[in-house]
Amino acid sequence: MHEMSLADGVLQVIEDNAKINGYSRVRKVWLEIGELAGVEVEAMRFCFDSVVKGTLADGARLEIIVTQGEGHCFGCGKTVPIQLRYDPCPLCGGYPVEPTGGLEMRVKELEVE
Amino acid sequence: MCITCGCGQGETKIEGEAHHHPHSYVHAHEHGSLVQSRPHAHTSRMVQVEQDILAKNNQYASANRSHFAEHGIFALNLVSSPGSGKTALLTRTIERLKDKARIAVIEGDQQTSLDADRIRATGVSAVQINTGKGCHLDAHMVGHAVEKLALADDSLLLIENVGNLVCPAAFDLGEAHKVAILSVTEGEDKPLKYPDMFAAAEVMLLNKVDLLPYLNFNVPLCIEYARRINPYIRVILTSAVSGEGMDEWREWIAAGMRQAAEQKTNEVEALKRRVAELEAALKNVRGEG
Repeated sequence: MHEMSLADGVLQVIEDNAKINGYSRVRKVWLEIGELAGVEVEAMRFCFDSVVKGTLADGARLEIIVTQGEGHCFGCGKTVPIQLRYDPCPLCGGYPVEPTGGLEMRVKELEVE
Repeated sequence: MCITCGCGQGETKIEGEAHHHPHSYVHAHEHGSLVQSRPHAHTSRMVQVEQDILAKNNQYASANRSHFAEHGIFALNLVSSPGSGKTALLTRTIERLKDKARIAVIEGDQQTSLDADRIRATGVSAVQINTGKGCHLDAHMVGHAVEKLALADDSLLLIENVGNLVCPAAFDLGEAHKVAILSVTEGEDKPLKYPDMFAAAEVMLLNKVDLLPYLNFNVPLCIEYARRINPYIRVILTSAVSGEGMDEWREWIAAGMRQAAEQKTNEVEALKRRVAELEAALKNVRGEG
């Protein structure tokens, strides 16, 4: 979903951070993307490469760390791994499983110069 | 991209004008050209960032939310697929509310000001945001539109998002609630197909119910699917044509407006009490001195 806007958000985070930490070039960007965040990783790479053209992150490598989806089952009360939002509980088959982990969309770390 | 504040919506237009600066409302920041202005060091190092990708939008959203809270404005973000009957429902809602409440509307569409024109025909003020290639409204655009509207205290702000059940779910605009509108001419399984939107919504308006006799739409199944995604979602069956459900919808809005106005009053009272306390303390200090 809307990877272009997200890529633009990544660039804004980087540009703001560059002012605080005083760097002029970004070589590598680590993103943490949750399995349940609804982000298409390949689309994100494509959009990132085009959004950063002509900026301080032009040509930067994008590393995406995917975090596992996790949810709380209202049926059995357990925390269970889920790959898709609103999948039934793998233990009891119940609904709903409220997502509790794997929702991240975060700029984690940068390699800069 | 907007050079002054870095907004990525280069094609965004608010009411037909290109997005202009200066900004007076939400933000006071600048984006310098970092590449040119700093000397290159060529020694690489690691920087921990740990920041949400939507951080910028969320900052604008919370500025909008504070503005709404300070003025007792009840803001709703209306989301749906294209063609769900949002604008017709809005015009009917406005007709029923405008004698009792001050209302303003922000209309989001990729192109044209047709929807804002339809809203203005009801006699309330409306601003059209054209997102260009953008598929959703963001908090920054809404902040600018709010500047233009000069909203009255204790009023109702209806934000009609771009017709899209995917992206608007992730972008907080500073609203009190998202309201998802689903028409019975769509499939009853839409809440399962586009779960994020129904998970984020407080209310689902099941619209165009006057057409139910001509369709094979299973209302209880649709509601069950929506509650599977969001057990707390309130469902109201509505029709802009027959008027069904419009009273319940209007009452839900009126309750929200009352609450927003009360919260504002309470906060003002709390601040007044605090000022009185501080003045008393100051008096004591002076008296002792």
